[in-house]
Amino acid sequence: MYFSWGDPKMATAFKQSDDLMAAAREEAFSMPLDKIDVSDGARFVNNTFWPFFERLRRDAPIHYCAESKFGPYWSVTRYKDIMAVDTNHAIFSSDAHLGGITVADMDDDFILPMFIAMDPPKHDVQRKAVSPIVAPANLAVLEVLIRERAQKIFDNLPINEPFDWVDRVSIELTTQMLATLFDFPWEERRKLTYWSDIATSDPDLPGNPNRQERQVILLECLQYFTNLWNERVNAPPAGDLISMMAHDPATRDMAPMEYLGNLILLIVGGNDTTRNSISGGLLFLNENPDQYEKLRQNHKLVETMVPEIIRYQTPLAHMRRTALQDTILGGQHIRKGDKVVMWYVSGNRDESEIENPNAFIIDRARPRQHLSFGFGIHRCVGNRLAEMQLKIVWEEILKRWPMIEVLEPPVRVSSSFVKGYEKMMVRIPG
Amino acid sequence: MSHVTFIEANGTEHGVDVDNGVSVMEAAIQNSVPGIDGDCGGNCACATCHVYIDPKWAPLTGERTQMEHDMLEFAEGVEPNSRLACQIHMTAELDGLVVRMPESQH
Repeated sequence: MYFSWGDPKMATAFKQSDDLMAAAREEAFSMPLDKIDVSDGARFVNNTFWPFFERLRRDAPIHYCAESKFGPYWSVTRYKDIMAVDTNHAIFSSDAHLGGITVADMDDDFILPMFIAMDPPKHDVQRKAVSPIVAPANLAVLEVLIRERAQKIFDNLPINEPFDWVDRVSIELTTQMLATLFDFPWEERRKLTYWSDIATSDPDLPGNPNRQERQVILLECLQYFTNLWNERVNAPPAGDLISMMAHDPATRDMAPMEYLGNLILLIVGGNDTTRNSISGGLLFLNENPDQYEKLRQNHKLVETMVPEIIRYQTPLAHMRRTALQDTILGGQHIRKGDKVVMWYVSGNRDESEIENPNAFIIDRARPRQHLSFGFGIHRCVGNRLAEMQLKIVWEEILKRWPMIEVLEPPVRVSSSFVKGYEKMMVRIPG
Repeated sequence: MSHVTFIEANGTEHGVDVDNGVSVMEAAIQNSVPGIDGDCGGNCACATCHVYIDPKWAPLTGERTQMEHDMLEFAEGVEPNSRLACQIHMTAELDGLVVRMPESQH
């Protein structure tokens, strides 16, 4: 049984989350600073991590957490400090062999080199092997395809009946996109969703595959893609990602684990992030009816709303680096080998850099000034594709329906890396 | 004040007057010149203010920094006269500067 937005039962559901947040705020501002550990995925499930970052930004913007399930790490929580780390790849390394790009180190016995987890010069040549797929000329081709598919998905949605927006729209649309980029067997495309979810799942959580099981599943992914590679390497060069990697001198001789690493990067990068921004946008408009009304009155605001959705969602909550030498950051002494986590989700709410950062405002003057894509040489290669997908989604929604109702608080992902939604029930009023 | 002319990929020209010291990226943003994004706000960290310097102005705009070089590695359609507009600040000497924009910022 679902109820519509504004219904008293809905208010009760949200009152519960308000109470949780109040308790979290109390805890965040009273606990000893050195005990704060923002890497705990549980706080992302119930969305109560916000006050902890607020405290760190105020009291300890470069903060050391000595004990966590991921080991000791530094948190960088202010916009400007994050920018400083992100643009200093000479000191702050992304190398997979030093742990990689998330607060969770890669498994020692299962290191996946991928270009996001490499430093120059190797990073540069591998990134350049795949970046043409999101170059302007190809984006124009993809735009037509994405729009046709979005139209088809929307035209088949049930009216006046509850359904899961995450599954029917967000996952479906991004998985179709990804299948196109890989020229992946169409009917089996949900394998991509599955592998993406497995790659980012927490092996310590009950119900998730453990490390061993995860490795087995990812090796199946490698096997599947190796078959595709073998087909494409013997065929003339084509415009899909596998063919591009198979024919580019920088990537054609990759070792199997490096191929798997780059696949996982492209699958997760092109899947989770856009998926969760598609879901998040609808949630934010429901939470902010004045903004939804503003959008209904002026569909052109999609242009500035899209980057605002990406800021407000921050689909990847953090990126991690490893210090290659001792350095001083914001007055703190970072030592060689220390793990440094840039919390984009915090920097995107930094009041000293973004005006009224906790508000979702669809017509901000400079909406693209946010950290969600990262900055520096690892800045998201697919950022313009992501924006285009979201733009098409909202243009096509507005052509069809003035309102889509979120029916209950969404189920959130248990991760301090992938910030997203497992399920979000909605109804399109008929 | 100095004058900058921005020329879009389709040939449309935009002339603006800005205070000296302001970056060429900011000059475009402040005057709503289309074709310059400047997503990172002038930190040389996103390469979305990519411009081509008109050849006769090249000697006066200086050299790319290392970071600028690194960021341009990943921009589209980079040419020897490519620069990031946030790294060029207006001076009296640059009064009259002409820059061209790529088809899109990426």
